[in-house]
This record gives sequence, C-alpha cells and structure tokens, in this order.
Amino acid sequence: MGFKEEIQSGNFVVTAEVGPPKGTDISEMKHHIKGLKGKVTALNVTDNQSAVMRICTLAVAKEIMDIGIEPIYQMTCRDRNRLGLQSDLLGAAIMGIKNVLALTGDHPVLGDHKDAKPVFDIESVQLLEVINGLNEGHDMAGLELQGATDFFAGAIVTPESIPFEPQFAKFKKKVNAGAKFFQTQAIYDMPKFMTFMERAKELNVPILAGILLLKSAGMAKYLNKFVAGVSVPQELIDELAPFKGEDALKKGIEIAGNQIAQLKEVCAGVHVMAIGAEDRVPDILAAAGL
Amino acid sequence: MIVAEPKSLDEIKAMVDGYDRVLMVGCGTCVEVCLTGGERSVNLTATALRLARKVDGRDIEVGEQTVIRQCDFEYLDEVKDADKYEAIVSLACGVGIQGIARKFPNTPIFPGVNTTFMGFNEEYGYYTEMCKGCGECILHLTGGVCPVARCAKSLLNGPCGGTNNGKCEIGSDKDCGWVLIYNKMEQLGTLDKFKEINAPKNYGKAGNIRSMDLRK
Ligand code: SF4
Ligand code: SF4
Repeated sequence: MGFKEEIQSGNFVVTAEVGPPKGTDISEMKHHIKGLKGKVTALNVTDNQSAVMRICTLAVAKEIMDIGIEPIYQMTCRDRNRLGLQSDLLGAAIMGIKNVLALTGDHPVLGDHKDAKPVFDIESVQLLEVINGLNEGHDMAGLELQGATDFFAGAIVTPESIPFEPQFAKFKKKVNAGAKFFQTQAIYDMPKFMTFMERAKELNVPILAGILLLKSAGMAKYLNKFVAGVSVPQELIDELAPFKGEDALKKGIEIAGNQIAQLKEVCAGVHVMAIGAEDRVPDILAAAGL
Repeated sequence: MIVAEPKSLDEIKAMVDGYDRVLMVGCGTCVEVCLTGGERSVNLTATALRLARKVDGRDIEVGEQTVIRQCDFEYLDEVKDADKYEAIVSLACGVGIQGIARKFPNTPIFPGVNTTFMGFNEEYGYYTEMCKGCGECILHLTGGVCPVARCAKSLLNGPCGGTNNGKCEIGSDKDCGWVLIYNKMEQLGTLDKFKEINAPKNYGKAGNIRSMDLRK
C-alpha cells in the first residue's frame, strides 16, 4: 500500500525527511535515503529549506523513487510564481510523484541569499486550491489540461504557535482548501499537543505529529530561542544536559521514541525529522516500539 | 505620504564628483514631513557637501531651493536659474526626481534620497509602511489592516508558521500583520469573514507602467 492508502485505511504511518545538499555530491544523502527503505511509509524532500539554496526538490524526489521509497514533494511558494509552481507540479505528476506538501516557505532573509526577491505570488492555502484544480483537470487560469494530475495534497500546522487562534483558523482554511493530511511542526509539549488534537477532532483530518530529534541540550535551547512555534520544555533540556556527543544523541533518541509511543493512540502517524542523523531514524522507531 | 531616507553624504559626493556647480532642490510635501527632503534637509546636505569638497581642496558651489512639490509641473515652474548649474541633486521622492528630470531635460539629475515606501506618520521621526499600491484594495476583507504591505510575505489567508508572539519571522521588532488583522477582526466581531479563503491577487493590477486617465 502507498502512503495515501495507508493513511486512508487508518494504519499508523511514519514519514521522515531528507534535506538535499548544497552541491552535486549526493553520496551521503543517498546513503541516508537507503537506510530508510522499508522503515518509513514515505519520505519528505524539503524545498530550499530555511531559504537556503540547495538541489531542487524534483531531482531529489527522483533519487528517492529510484531507491524505492515514496516521496512527499514539499513545495514552497517563495521561489516560483504561479506559472513555475504549476509547471513543476505537472512535471512532478509525469515523474510519478503522488504526494505534495503545500507550504508558504520561510522568508529569504532567514536564509543564505538574503537579497533575493521573495515571490509569494500565492501561498499555502491557495496552493492547495491550485492542486485541487490540477487534479480536476484545469489550471489557475481556468484552462483545461491535456491530462489531469492525481495528487494527494497535504499541509503543515504549528500546534504550539503563539498566538494559537489565528494559526488554528488558518489550519481550518487549509482543510477547506483540500488538505488531505497534515504534518505538524516539531512538538514537545505533550499536554499542549493533546489539547490541540482534541480541538482538531472536529476537522476529521489525519495528523502526523512532528518529531524533531534533539541531539543535545544546546540544540534544544537554540530551538527555543530561534525557531518560532517550537518550545522544548525545561524538563527535557535537563534530561539532556548531563550528556555529550553520542550519549546525548542516545538520550535524544530515547526522548523521541518516548514521544512517539505516547502519540500512537492519538495521531494518524508521526513525521520524524532527524536533520543530518537520518541513519538513526530506525533507532528512534525501535525505541518507540514500532 | 511617501517616505524616503537620505542617501549618505559619501554617495551624493561621489555622484557629483565631476561637477563644480550643482543645484540642490528640496520638496516641501511628503519628504519634508519625514525629515528627508524639505528646506532644512537641503540646507544641511548642501552645507555638508560644500564642506566635504572643501576638505578635498575642490570647492563646489551648491545652490539651494525648495518647491512645494516636485511631482507637478505647476510647482516645478518655480525652480529658478537652473541653467546656471551643471547638475541638479533632487531631494524628492522618486516621482519628484523624475519630475525635475523632465522639467530640465538637458541637465543631469542625481537622487539625493532613497525612496522607500508609502507610510503613516506614527510620531515625529517614525514612519511605517502601510500600502503597496497593489491596485486592488482588499482592506474590507482584513479589518482595515493591509496584508500586502504589513505581512512580510503578503499572505492573504492568515499567519505563516513563523509568527512569533505577535512578531514576524523576519524580525522581532516587526509586528506580524496577520496577528494584527486577526485581533482587529476579533474586535470588530467579523471573524466569520476570516474563515473565507481569499483568492490569489491579480498582480496584473500591481504591474509596471501603470497610468490613470480621467481626461474624458
Ligand atoms: S490592499 Fe493594496 S491598495 Fe489596499 S492598502 Fe494594501 S496594498 Fe494598498
Ligand atoms: S510572521 Fe506574520 S507578518 Fe511575518 S510573514 Fe508570517 S504571517 Fe506575514
């Protein structure tokens, strides 16, 4: 069964993600992807993540498919206007890509080409509607396509966003715009997340909780300081604090495994972000008892 | 009003390096309010330029004039004796600078300011961008707060994941436009409108080479 079928039949799904490198040497990336084969239902490929220029998403999605994993094609609206987005979507369709994750994208000033002209011709909610349109056989201008797409479109939500109400209102808009699944921003505060899940019930849409592997207490503090919508509770920082290097990583794997175990009954699945430690995703899943 | 910031003296000095007699023309409307292009700014900039050139041992003559507006031939007619100068430095917005360039087609024109945005006069010396002139105003859909100008990504359907305690992901000194919109709509009791999906903008209306013709 593919990612869509697994989700729709209510099976607990695991996704992970791969960040394309900056440059043409993809040996390490391929090694990471190969290590995830058979361990995850699908693999996200990020799109110039954090507004840092890297290999394009489509080319890496192809590598993922060649290795034998189903990709989730992340598409941001930062770097392409409506022509570019739609034509890349058609390209993705003929390559056999089925899943698209519609994102707005980080602003260029957060990345490594700060002087770039931001595009944002459309944004995540509108992109979801565009994908629906392509699935129905027409483009944004209302013109008929010679062959429609058949994408399974998803989106993201940040459950720990402050303030929460505007974020929740946008989450609802994404559901109305046709998002069929959600992956969340990294979550750490379980009680807060459970409250979110309780409220999300009415929308009846599969949610994959975002699990970001903590590699050290320093990383946790960095996330708290610099990443919007992510807050690592002090208890977790204290748990990591005595450890360094591989030991800290092991502790982080244990924490992530624990989180997943708690989420098994609550969520449709988990989205594991290991950022550079993709080869440890199997360890995380083992720690979760999956 | 239109907001502009002064160019550095070094930049102005470099632009007029080849000239010994320049006319500096201020504008008494928008850029005067934002303390960049009025009579006082002309005087300060001209004095600084004269001094800087004196230090270099190459005196420069800088004439000073300020008109009510440089974006209108009616007021540009008041610029006097331009033919006595080799070049003009304009301390007006980009519209005014091009206006004076059209008025004196044979004189080289140099911009003395960087025109930045259409903004609101928050308080003396502090201005914030409010409108991008998108040609298709949707303020009625967003509680009177412009998402095109006040959201860093001009989003139309709510805050991105980078919104942080009411601030924007591009800087903790900048308000998140979408939190402002949400709060205002809540205050107005119009949050049911927030739920509606706003369609993509017609950027054709925000395109270049625009004009408006009411002559008929
Ligand atoms: S919606 Fe357009 S016209 Fe209205 S304030 Fe914003 S940029 Fe200006
Ligand atoms: S943080 Fe707010 S203002 Fe900044 S880009 Fe996101 S939605 Fe727009």
